[in-house]
Formats: sequence, structure tokens, C-alpha cells
Amino acid sequence: MLPAPFEYHAPKTMDEALGLLDELGEDAKVLAGGQSLIPLLKLRFASPAHLVDINKIKDLDFLEERHGTLSIGPLFRHKSAERSSLLASRYHVMADAAPQIADPIIRNRGTIAGSVAHADPSGDWGTVLLALDADLVLRSKSGSRTVKARDFFSGPFSTALQPTEILSEIRIPVAKPQTGGAYLKLERKVGDFATVAVAVHLQMDDGKVGSAGIGLTAVGPQNIRAERAEAALLGARLDDDTIKEAAALAAEAAEPKADHRGSVQYKRNIVRVFTERGLKRAYERARGGG
Amino acid sequence: MGQSITVTVNGEQKSADVEPRLLLVHFLREKLRLTGTHIGCDTTHCGACTVLVEGVPVKSCTMLAVQADGQQVTTVEALAAGGTLHPIQAAFKQEHGLQCGFCTPGMMLTSIALLNEKPDPSDDDIRWALSGNICRCTGYMNIVKAVKSAGAQMRASAAVPEAATAATRS
Repeated sequence: MLPAPFEYHAPKTMDEALGLLDELGEDAKVLAGGQSLIPLLKLRFASPAHLVDINKIKDLDFLEERHGTLSIGPLFRHKSAERSSLLASRYHVMADAAPQIADPIIRNRGTIAGSVAHADPSGDWGTVLLALDADLVLRSKSGSRTVKARDFFSGPFSTALQPTEILSEIRIPVAKPQTGGAYLKLERKVGDFATVAVAVHLQMDDGKVGSAGIGLTAVGPQNIRAERAEAALLGARLDDDTIKEAAALAAEAAEPKADHRGSVQYKRNIVRVFTERGLKRAYERARGGG
Repeated sequence: MGQSITVTVNGEQKSADVEPRLLLVHFLREKLRLTGTHIGCDTTHCGACTVLVEGVPVKSCTMLAVQADGQQVTTVEALAAGGTLHPIQAAFKQEHGLQCGFCTPGMMLTSIALLNEKPDPSDDDIRWALSGNICRCTGYMNIVKAVKSAGAQMRASAAVPEAATAATRS
């Protein structure tokens, strides 16, 4: 399979890339890891006239804590997330998700930001960012704006990102003490998209839930934030009843469709079970275990 | 429409004018006639087309040739130096790590990257590393054995020069 013809640009600086996008508008697509975009081009689901490859731009591959924020660059790859000791120690939901993305060879090239910008409802990182209450920095030639992850996704493969913008940074609030998270994913086989996955991020405060984030993958037209489940946890002690209630609310928030991976009821049930397990695991980790 | 690229393939600089939409796997197979890199699924699933780009396993059906401009690419053709099998090739042969052989180039290149990083991998490490390479014949048992055996062989031959150096010093 061969993509439709396009012109290829490999700018060396971010300004050059943004200038190109400004000039080309909707005729251009940004190429980062390419592990979703190139298959789409080959299947001719997308046939942009121009590709702007950002891989030659220096200093876009970063993950660092600064000014109260965990900052992630547009070329930070799944593989690096999988191997990050920082993520393993303090951002469990990310550390859990990374090795469950596609397969190891795809993880060598694919990027977190690219995956988020692609906005596949079955994509994992969008859900993780919802649970972490991330901010996304969208940069264009005329400046940059910050959009909350929860306001970013607008439907299948649809986001707030304009054709002239690059998702230039992902910002996550730095993990406070007593923070724990988990990502649970059901897949039919390695490399498959999720049948269902659930992201949980918890911060405990004096034995009570200080903040909670719950995201759902592959059970709706976009990655879903289970707001009512989060609200039910806030300020509560994490006993069995609270966990059960939050899990039931998360299952209600899901809008799954029946397909070859399972029925509506089956998927909703997995959301419930995974939310329960995820909350228990996250709680365990927030207390320094697991 | 052509774009001029120079890629170092198996240690040799190769220059060509290519269409931007040309995939790396087609560049290798059709422009350079290096047909050891196989096209399996052509949909980023099977790993048959895996090559090393700057030492890292990549599915060459999911990378553009123009993206490899200025980079080092290693294909299966580089493995047997001067007619002697690379330890990974010898091990796949010895342990019956292949039947039809279609997935084998990708399996071997992924395995080499694993062994470079982790010279003594466990069975789990090997299965994990190879989870993006699909084999429809062997059932993987012998592939895992082959990678273990190649690792042992490579560790042994890496140890020899060190031992020899130590002996010279004393």
C-alpha cells in the first residue's frame, strides 16, 4: 500500500514548522511518530497535500518536572515513558499505560502527543491525561493557548487543535505526596486496541480523597472523563462502599457500543470492575505500597 | 516530486531520488534490492518488515524513506559477515527457531536490539520484546530458545577478549 502523493517538509525549527502550517492550513498534517498517521495515509483515509515532519526539530523529546508541572514534549515517545523512573515512582497511571500501548516496536517511534492529537476514542493517552487533569499547549505562528484535556476532545478523531497549531507541550500538575494511580486495560491480544480501559489517579489528603481523576477508554465517541464518579470520591474515605459507588457511576458514564469485542453490558461491566480494581491499586500506591 | 536522500544502509552510503510517499521498506526492497526485509501485513501489525534505524527496531512499512535521510539502517543482509552466520542466525538454525522463515529477519533484528540492551534476557523479557513480531508457524517456543542461546553465545564471545586482555596484563 502506498500513500497518495504529498509534499514532504522537514523543518529544523519550531518557528519554521509553525510558518509552514500557517501557510498551508488544512492541506498539511503534522508527522510526529507516524504510527497512526502513516497507516491512515496508506489506507488513504487521509491524503493531505503536505506533511510537516517535526522529527528533525531539536529539543522536542523531553519529560521533566519544572515550576510545579510535569512537562512533556511533542516527540516524547511511548518507549521513553515505559522506561522512565520518574513516571514509575510518581505518575503510576502513565507508567502503567506506557507498556500497554500497541507493541514494543511501535512504542519505539510513536509519541504521546501524537497519539493525543490523533484522538482515537480507543487511544490510551487521552484517557490518562483526563485522569491527570492535564493541560495541552497548542502553539501556532501567532502565539499559544492552553486547553484543558477535558475540553480538548470533541468526538472521534476530533479535537480543539486547529490545522495551524502544533500540540507543543503537555502539562500535568506535579504529583503531590500520597498520590497513586493505575491504568487497567483489557485487550484481546498484544498490540490490539483496548476493549475497555480505565485510568485512575488519586491524591489522598489526611486519609480522605483530596482529588480524583477517572478516565475511560474505548467506551464512547471519545475518551471519557467520569465526572460523577470523581465527585463521589472527593473528600471521602476510600472504603468498600465508596469504591463500589464510584465504580457504578463510572460504568454509567460509559457509552459503549456493541462490536466484535463485546456487548454493551459486557463493556460497562468491565468499566465497573476495572474502576474498582484501579481505585484499590491507586489507593495502595498512594499509601506507598504496590 | 523526487526528493534526494542519503541513507547509510548496512554501513554503506546509499543516495537516491525518491518520492516522499515511498515507504522505507519499498526503498530497501525495490531501490536497493535488499529483499531480505519482508512485507507481511503491510498494516503495522506483524513486524516482518522490522529493520534497525539507528539501532532501534522500527516497522519499515510504517516509516517513510525520506524520514531515514541521514540515518543508519540495518537489515538482515548485514548479519552474516563474510559468509559466517551471526550468532542470532546460527541460534535460529540450531534451535529450529523458524519454519517458513518469513518472519525470521524481523525476529532476528528485534532480538539483536534486545540482546544489545539486555545480554542475558529472561524468557519473559524475550516474549515481551518480540510481542510485536508475529510468527504463524513455530508457536514461539523455539524462537525464545534461539534468542536465549544466541545471548549465551554472544556473552561468551564478548567475554573472550576481556579474559585475554586480563591474561596479558597479569
